[in-house]
Amino acid sequence: MSLTEADVLRMAHLARIEIEAREVAPMLGQLSNIMRLVEQMQAVDTDGVAPMAHAQDLSLRLREDRVTEQDQHAAFQAIAPQVEAGLYLVPKVIE
Amino acid sequence: MEWETVIGLEIHAQLSTVSKIFSGAATAYGAAPNTQACAVDIALPGVLPVMNKGAVERAIKFGLAIGANINRESVFARKNYFYPDLPKGYQISQYELPIVEKGDITIQVGDQEKVVGITRAHLEEDAGKSLHEDFHGMTGVDLNRASTPLLEIVSEPDMRGAAEAVAYAKTMHSLVQYLEICDGNMQEGSFRCDANVSVRPKGTEKFGTRCEIKNLNSFRFLERAIEYEVARQIDILESGGKIIQETRLYDSDKDETRAMRSKEEAFDYRYFPDPDLLPMKLSAEMIAEIRKTLPELPDAKRRRFIQQYGLSSYDAAVLTATKAMAAYFEDVVNKAGAAHAKTAANWVMGDLAGALKRDNLEITHSPVPAGKLAGLVARIADNTISGKIAKEVFEAMWNGEGDADAIIASKGLKQITDSGAIEKIIDGIIAANPDQLAQYRSGKDKLFSFFVGQAMKATQGKANPQQLNDLLKKKLAG
Amino acid sequence: MINSSLKELSAALAAKKISSRELTQAFLDRIAQLNPALNAFITVDAEKSLAQADAADKRLASGQGGPLTGIPVAQKDIFCAKGWRTTCGSKILSNFVAPYDAQVIERFDAAGVVNLGKTNMDEFAMGSSNETSHFGPVKNPWDRLAVPGGSSGGSAAAVAARLAPAATGTDTGGSIRQPAALTGICGIKPTYGVVSRYGMIAFASSLDQGGPMAKSAEDCALLLNAMAGFDTRDSTSLDRAPQDYTRDLQQPLKGLRIGLPKEYFAEGLAPDVARAVEAAIAEYKKLGAQTVEVSLPNTQLSIPVYYVLAPAEASSNLSRYDGVRYGYRAPEYTDLMDMYKKTRAQGFGAEVKRRILIGTYVLSAGYYDAYYLKAQKLRRLIAQDFTEAFRLCDVIMGPTAPTTAFNLGEKSDDPVAMYLSDIYTIAVNLAGLPGMSIPAGFGANGRPVGLQIIGNYFAEAKMLNVAHQYQLATDWHTRMPEGV
Repeated sequence: MSLTEADVLRMAHLARIEIEAREVAPMLGQLSNIMRLVEQMQAVDTDGVAPMAHAQDLSLRLREDRVTEQDQHAAFQAIAPQVEAGLYLVPKVIE
Repeated sequence: MEWETVIGLEIHAQLSTVSKIFSGAATAYGAAPNTQACAVDIALPGVLPVMNKGAVERAIKFGLAIGANINRESVFARKNYFYPDLPKGYQISQYELPIVEKGDITIQVGDQEKVVGITRAHLEEDAGKSLHEDFHGMTGVDLNRASTPLLEIVSEPDMRGAAEAVAYAKTMHSLVQYLEICDGNMQEGSFRCDANVSVRPKGTEKFGTRCEIKNLNSFRFLERAIEYEVARQIDILESGGKIIQETRLYDSDKDETRAMRSKEEAFDYRYFPDPDLLPMKLSAEMIAEIRKTLPELPDAKRRRFIQQYGLSSYDAAVLTATKAMAAYFEDVVNKAGAAHAKTAANWVMGDLAGALKRDNLEITHSPVPAGKLAGLVARIADNTISGKIAKEVFEAMWNGEGDADAIIASKGLKQITDSGAIEKIIDGIIAANPDQLAQYRSGKDKLFSFFVGQAMKATQGKANPQQLNDLLKKKLAG
Repeated sequence: MINSSLKELSAALAAKKISSRELTQAFLDRIAQLNPALNAFITVDAEKSLAQADAADKRLASGQGGPLTGIPVAQKDIFCAKGWRTTCGSKILSNFVAPYDAQVIERFDAAGVVNLGKTNMDEFAMGSSNETSHFGPVKNPWDRLAVPGGSSGGSAAAVAARLAPAATGTDTGGSIRQPAALTGICGIKPTYGVVSRYGMIAFASSLDQGGPMAKSAEDCALLLNAMAGFDTRDSTSLDRAPQDYTRDLQQPLKGLRIGLPKEYFAEGLAPDVARAVEAAIAEYKKLGAQTVEVSLPNTQLSIPVYYVLAPAEASSNLSRYDGVRYGYRAPEYTDLMDMYKKTRAQGFGAEVKRRILIGTYVLSAGYYDAYYLKAQKLRRLIAQDFTEAFRLCDVIMGPTAPTTAFNLGEKSDDPVAMYLSDIYTIAVNLAGLPGMSIPAGFGANGRPVGLQIIGNYFAEAKMLNVAHQYQLATDWHTRMPEGV
């Protein structure tokens, strides 16, 4: 499978990264090189092999349902790009 | 052409935990913006999710209640998309392996029972809220709701019309409250419905193209939105058009659905197992322990009410619609005696329900508690007062004037059941109305009610109606 | 003093031969003098460090000190430290002052360790040369034309140049071991789950693991005692009894079975590195160890597998940098979509963008099974290779990196060539095993060579013992670059 410029643009859009027209071709070249490396995987038969998502085969720990956190919004919002009335402000969202 | 509607519902029930699904922040409704959004909820760099046992227990309880499979191993996945109310840029949800699969629930539509399949129910986190009031042309984001636990309950496309969809939603709404896993508050968004609606020519098997309708925060809106959407789809199809699969928003002001602009683009959520959360393996012991905490479920309770109290199917369904109402009813019956269950049912469903609705009160906050209503039912049952007088007593109790006996005594409302006394009154009335008596005896039967009215007036309504009727008939006959 | 071991510094502090303030000031002075040329630190805050030193001195004076109380340690700028700017080497976090402490920072605070500053790193730990940092490349103290390795290149250079007695690093595909090797110091990546990831900014969550970087194995053991420990805030943290990682340091090595994977000594290994590693193994034989050939047949596949799994996780982990709640936001934009895209285009560097796009691609509809799922299956085969190998040996040894430090700019335009330099380290992360690198001499160009020691799960104490015994017999770890 080889990547196309359309793929690059689609991924950039999904990942919300602006990519200028002049950047597309070099990016395609670099990503294609990486994907060629990745394609080596296809040479190995993995039928019947269970996927490994975690280093250890353990079960999720569950925590008790208790409130342990205090209000820290003043400290958190001191480092926010734009806030008003305790809210994070973003360009208008259209539903 | 005749069309058939096909509906499947996705219900998001906020689970009633005190803390978030993946953090220790509070879930209380109505806090000042972002005061309940902790480091994990706002997705600071480096923070990690930790699963809330309370949410898992509630999901298991739900699964057991609908006779579903509880998956002994389920997996949390990331659903990736950008939105300002989604701080991590992904929602932690369950995708390939949900905690609950394959259950069903019985709904009642009119006199008919119908079984609706539940495909799955999975745990996930809620998003925050975007506030669209104008902040200099910007949107405000409140993340208090972010990471509140949700159980997403997905039905099979088993409903065939708005009425069935509403019945299903109401049954589910009742169930989650019975189970005490969700407070069911629809105004606060604790219980939200999305409807997948399609139509197909009646008699065909293949599903039509569906639209998903969002923002249905009341049963009425659910009904109206479906009705609107079905009409819209039929219109398009009958004029030769095609339905586009899309997400639509119900606008209750205009009573219509419209395509959501933010959902226009094709989404690619790139689900993958969340590396921060290990597979959730549940022990048989944990599931067994939760099974022990299951309350009597609405369906079982309804059947028991019919059998044990001789109620009609309809009455039993109304009385078991909420756990609180069923409990109130049984409390009245226990105090008044099972023999008077039908009277108790009529009062709970009639005057009590009416007064609660009028004053916008929950049954748990009724000014007339079950014990007092039982006192009233007992006085009706033992003929101390008539049903008509009982309404007056009930109003007095509602207004805080004491219990039934005290009100009957203080207002002198005790029914006259002494035949001699009633006869004496009848004699006086007959004597005072010779013309009417003559007309009655000559065949004008309708005048009977005139004499009843006169007698009731004379006794201020306290004469036992049955006795009065019998005696009056005898005396008028001569 | 700048060459002293942590044990010696601890003794000097306890004996009041020096105060923590004096010690901290001495290293701050070295940083002021040498960091402009090396660029090992992103943030230095003398006032904060000295305040911590004063607190440590009080604690020492009251007899409440522990083995690390008063010792300054440089922190990789991936660990959130309350009140400290924490950038992860990125423009997108260039203004982020952490409002909370990572578990590792909390544990160091509890031990009385002084935070000496935040060290430079590849942006979001994505890199093997420290050239992807928004704050500029780090120079290798042994040769300023060379890279220090990455991603923990700042920490490695700081320890190698004696700007800090010790430092922390994180290792997702070799980011502790490879820079340790390239700068002639020691570093250990513990078993996945031993050190909490809470507050350690995520790159690839299922692979990331924090660990110490120091001059000697003994120093690493002392640091790991402080860093390791169960943390309820990290669901992948292992609930194990506290360990003393120094407990086995003095054990003799007689009878130790060293596995030598034939794939680690095959084509691609530079001859000068091979010679140094073979000499180290000969030394081990003198110490009573025996060698056995083992095979890790899927070694070559570890790179493609890693470059699917790590970017996939990263593409999701880095979605939170959206200009909404903290960090950089583009100054100009037309609407929400534009704000996201410009913020992320301006905030992330080229390598991070490449990996986000690759990660997005391998997870996208239609490709998941061919790439992500396939890689997860191969990950299991890679882990099983180690299980098989450890039936035959106690530890595995080989080179940490195929070459000594390469030159700045040499591979920065060729991502794939850069990726291949992690060939010996990546599989360890995929398996979740512990691995370490110790200095084992020098290559033809005078740049350091690292010997990699890989242990079975939870064999950290054993590995530290193996490394320490070698360091008792050799002096590579005491060598220091000229001009520092």
